[in-house]
Amino acid sequence: MFKWLHPYAKTQAAYSLSQRLTPWFAGICVLLLVPGTLWGLLFTPADYQQGDSFRIIYIHVPAAMLSMSTYVAMAVAALVGIVWQWRTAFMAMIAMAPVGAVMTFIALFTGAAWGKPMWGAWWVWDARLTSELILLFLYCGVIALYSAFDDKQQAGKAAGIMALVGVVNIPVIHFSVQWWNTLHQGATITKFDKPSIATEMLWPLLMNIAGMMMFIAALTCMRLNNEILRREQHRPWVSALLHDRRENQNAV
Amino acid sequence: MNPRRKQRLIVILSIGGLLSAAVGLMLFALNDNIDLFYTPSEIIEGKQGKTPQVGQRLRIGGLVVPGSVTRDPDSLQVTFSLIDTGPKVSISYQGILPDLFREGQGIVATGVLTSPNHIQAHEVLAKHDEEYMPPELAEKMKGIKHQKPASLDDAL
Repeated sequence: MFKWLHPYAKTQAAYSLSQRLTPWFAGICVLLLVPGTLWGLLFTPADYQQGDSFRIIYIHVPAAMLSMSTYVAMAVAALVGIVWQWRTAFMAMIAMAPVGAVMTFIALFTGAAWGKPMWGAWWVWDARLTSELILLFLYCGVIALYSAFDDKQQAGKAAGIMALVGVVNIPVIHFSVQWWNTLHQGATITKFDKPSIATEMLWPLLMNIAGMMMFIAALTCMRLNNEILRREQHRPWVSALLHDRRENQNAV
Repeated sequence: MNPRRKQRLIVILSIGGLLSAAVGLMLFALNDNIDLFYTPSEIIEGKQGKTPQVGQRLRIGGLVVPGSVTRDPDSLQVTFSLIDTGPKVSISYQGILPDLFREGQGIVATGVLTSPNHIQAHEVLAKHDEEYMPPELAEKMKGIKHQKPASLDDAL
């Protein structure tokens, strides 16, 4: 079933694929994020309860949702790396970790900035906020563990196990607002019912979620490429590639 | 799939299964402590057979009963009642209320239980729901006309 994936276990194939995909991700990201953000911040109507303060949703919700999705993607990469012993999978894992950590930080930060005017508090130790903070610590743990080893294959395995263990936190974050009573409100769009947000407010939000997804994909590809080049710098194909680039630069 | 990979996959999946079971049991056992607040009926009728003691420091979350808000004209003292599905609990608080504080709004208050159905609060937070809509739509659907609280100039 996944036979078509096998060639990409080779770093060279993975490099050329992500090199080719990067401009697409980046382009679509700009096409979605710029109009989505402008639309959301300037042209959607204000909320009936929260007025203009609700507009922070257009940054907060994409960042929060994708901090969790990125974690799952990272854990899948870790699983592939551990079970099939793909070095490229570990490189993809560590390429995603700081991106996801930054998304988590943005979600926590914008959440605090939203909480102060609306709830009246920057921070409350409720289940949703606390589990999202734990997610940030998990990302930091994966990054720290990976950089603690000199042998990057060992580092990948150790950090990969940590990433896999942390997956337990993801359903806890998502269902925290249902399982326990919290100050944080319930899910608006990630539920089976109709989204409880007016249509003209929903569209820019969906655009920003998709745009942020593309942003994360583009950053991941760029970081993956750097990681591949750094780890494979003594391979002939990398020297050939760098040699070509230098030639091109000299020609210009 | 070759046997070594299969073995690794099985080991990882079973560790994952055990781990989620452990975390699940732990969260289930700690259920009461993870809840952020008591509801008014839990304070009066008890939560799993245990009513909170008078003098206990706790959080309460419920809806502000319409018509129950009374303000002291000379100070920031305010009293109101909270309700969920059962009995009411009254709250007194001195300080600035959040902007979203209204009658009918969800509120989370932290304070001390001074009598079985009264809380002296030192922090009042507003809870908002997950619904977002423009004011005109809210008026049409829910019949509520929310407006910004009168500005300071109007109030004076």
